[in-house]
Amino acid sequence: MKKLNKNFWVGIIAALAFYGVVQVLLTTGIFTDVTRSMLLLIGVNIMLAVSLNLITGITGQFSIGHAGFMSVGAYTSAILTLDYNVPFVPAIIAGGLLAAVFGVLIGMPTLRLNGDYLAIATLGFGEIIRIIMLNTEYVGGASGLSGIPAKTTWTMLFLFTLITVVVINNFIGSTHGRACIAIRENEIAAEAMGINTTRYKIIAFTIGALFAGMAGGLSAHTFYVITPGSFNFLKSFEIIVMVVLGGLGSTAGSIVGAVFVTLLYTYLREFPEWRMIIYSIVLILMMIFRPSGLLGKTKFSLGKFGKKEAKANDAISENSAP
Amino acid sequence: MKKIGAIILSTVLTAILASGCGNNNTEKSGNSASGGNTGGGTIKIGADLELTGGQASFGDSASKGAKLAVQQINDAGGILGKKLELVVSDNASKSEEATQVAQKLITTDKVVTIIGASTSTNTLGIVPVATEKEIPLVSVGATNPKVTVDERTSKVNDWVFRAAFIDPFQGQVMANFALDSLKAKTAVIYTDTSSDYSKGLQKFFEETFKSKGGEVLSQESYQQKDSDFKAVLTRIKAANPDVIYLPGYYEEVGKILKQAREMGITAPFLGGDGWDSPQLAEIAGADALNDTYMSNHYSPEDTAAEVTSFVDAYKAANGGAVPDGMAALGYDALKLVADAITRAGEADPAKIKDALAATKDLQLATGKITLNETHDPVKAAVVLKFVAGKQTFETKVNP
Repeated sequence: MKKLNKNFWVGIIAALAFYGVVQVLLTTGIFTDVTRSMLLLIGVNIMLAVSLNLITGITGQFSIGHAGFMSVGAYTSAILTLDYNVPFVPAIIAGGLLAAVFGVLIGMPTLRLNGDYLAIATLGFGEIIRIIMLNTEYVGGASGLSGIPAKTTWTMLFLFTLITVVVINNFIGSTHGRACIAIRENEIAAEAMGINTTRYKIIAFTIGALFAGMAGGLSAHTFYVITPGSFNFLKSFEIIVMVVLGGLGSTAGSIVGAVFVTLLYTYLREFPEWRMIIYSIVLILMMIFRPSGLLGKTKFSLGKFGKKEAKANDAISENSAP
Repeated sequence: MKKIGAIILSTVLTAILASGCGNNNTEKSGNSASGGNTGGGTIKIGADLELTGGQASFGDSASKGAKLAVQQINDAGGILGKKLELVVSDNASKSEEATQVAQKLITTDKVVTIIGASTSTNTLGIVPVATEKEIPLVSVGATNPKVTVDERTSKVNDWVFRAAFIDPFQGQVMANFALDSLKAKTAVIYTDTSSDYSKGLQKFFEETFKSKGGEVLSQESYQQKDSDFKAVLTRIKAANPDVIYLPGYYEEVGKILKQAREMGITAPFLGGDGWDSPQLAEIAGADALNDTYMSNHYSPEDTAAEVTSFVDAYKAANGGAVPDGMAALGYDALKLVADAITRAGEADPAKIKDALAATKDLQLATGKITLNETHDPVKAAVVLKFVAGKQTFETKVNP
């Protein structure tokens, strides 16, 4: 128990130190606006990847509807700040909460499905949200909402990202998290052990949706414009790529994956004709030579830099794999 | 666990494959047109365009047009004794990337003006950046009124201008053309309700058509990706209008025209610049396109001197390719900026902005341009008629 606490605080302090350094660099102007918006994008992507990892990596439910939750949060918070002058933080939280409500509503009927069937159902959900937005005049129809105030600051984004990572990481380490992992490893066995699988799946889905919604709101208040088209299923795939690339089932992996994909994508902008080719080749090579992702199943612990635990975990998963 | 991994991997790869398909039109286009940046000797202009993604063909044409303009200006000795340098960056047809690209162009490349993007949505991602950093923005292809006029405050965006005419104007042009040239008295309007562009054209066509004594018999609608239109077309056939206004994009328009002609609807169809694609003739077939008309920014067959000289220069620079509307607009956007810098007397963003706002009677490839008080160009539109599946120049309509 003591060790866990120590790890936790080391992580928090390291994160705060990182925040401080970036904040100084931003205020002194060493980091330009370009770097700043890249950092914001990385933060948003970390929130998305970590929250999807809870659903797909930890609970083992393959969801392609993450962009749908993101768009619910983005639209809700944007409408609140634009039309109702709601302050920034409550608007973001409201966006997240509404996305969570959708998470429950979608989760109830669909989470009884599994594997490929669930994937199709969540894909359908994401598309339904998009089509509704597309045909609702109030939210701008096809051209979406524009002129959203850019209220997301580095500090705000950092706080939200930190909260996301801490909450989800602690959830994974809790009884509930272990129940979710049990569902991933073998649903029938988990049920036989008395775990209410549907309930835990819905919990994971809802928490994932909550943070995805917040990420959507933060992203809307960074990039001024949201359109239904920016939340299509390709966006969901982008998030899945981050999670798989980083290592399915590892929070630290999701963070690394999100940072890696965002940086890769940003720096390839200079070579438009090669962008998608290099991006795809990197993904293919990654999956051939490191199918478990950049970090495999490494747990999130800065205290020991995740070495020992990673090995132990790999051993477990290798043994359990058929 | 293994199975999930396999499913995810295969789905992701399929998705990448699918998204990669949109990029095969991308031309080689290094991020600097004139290469050497000698610092004080050049004036840098940024281009925030769609070189990959869904609208890659628009951005590609626009960047070729803009590069041609830069080359012509530099060959003629540059502006104010300095050469122009065009910094082209890819926004991947996404508005959030357009925002980041604009930030990069302003902060890293230190451009004095930005041109782009080629769609309204992507331009809206640049507008707040340009306003905040006080750098003039000339949109190449944005046609939505809210790009230059804030829809919530109804105030004109000081730093934002555009080279394309706005949606309402196209609707008016076609309504006037139907009434005056085709002598139509009745019309049916068939709108794509999933696109703001289509709805904008529909609204202004209807207003103008009614106010000048025409009668709109009925309003019909479809959605993007629809493929069977026979039910609605049966109703339209029964209404027997003089003209049918169909302001949509080429993909559905092509199918509608094909099915309408098969069902024996002979009335002329009218549309806007969304029809402008070689694929329209492939989808509809040349016969179905007989007796159809579209409004557009310019026609390569226009015999006016400024158009022929542009078309010839573009063909020479791009291996004989005929410039489409977006290429002409890219060329015009850059010429607008160049003219403003010349009149401003120095490459200072604030002065360029004031000079842009005062643009008057500037002769460009798409006509003589005057920017009005909302920073929208007042210029002629062309009406094209399809003959044997090819666009032919019908008439030019002045505002």
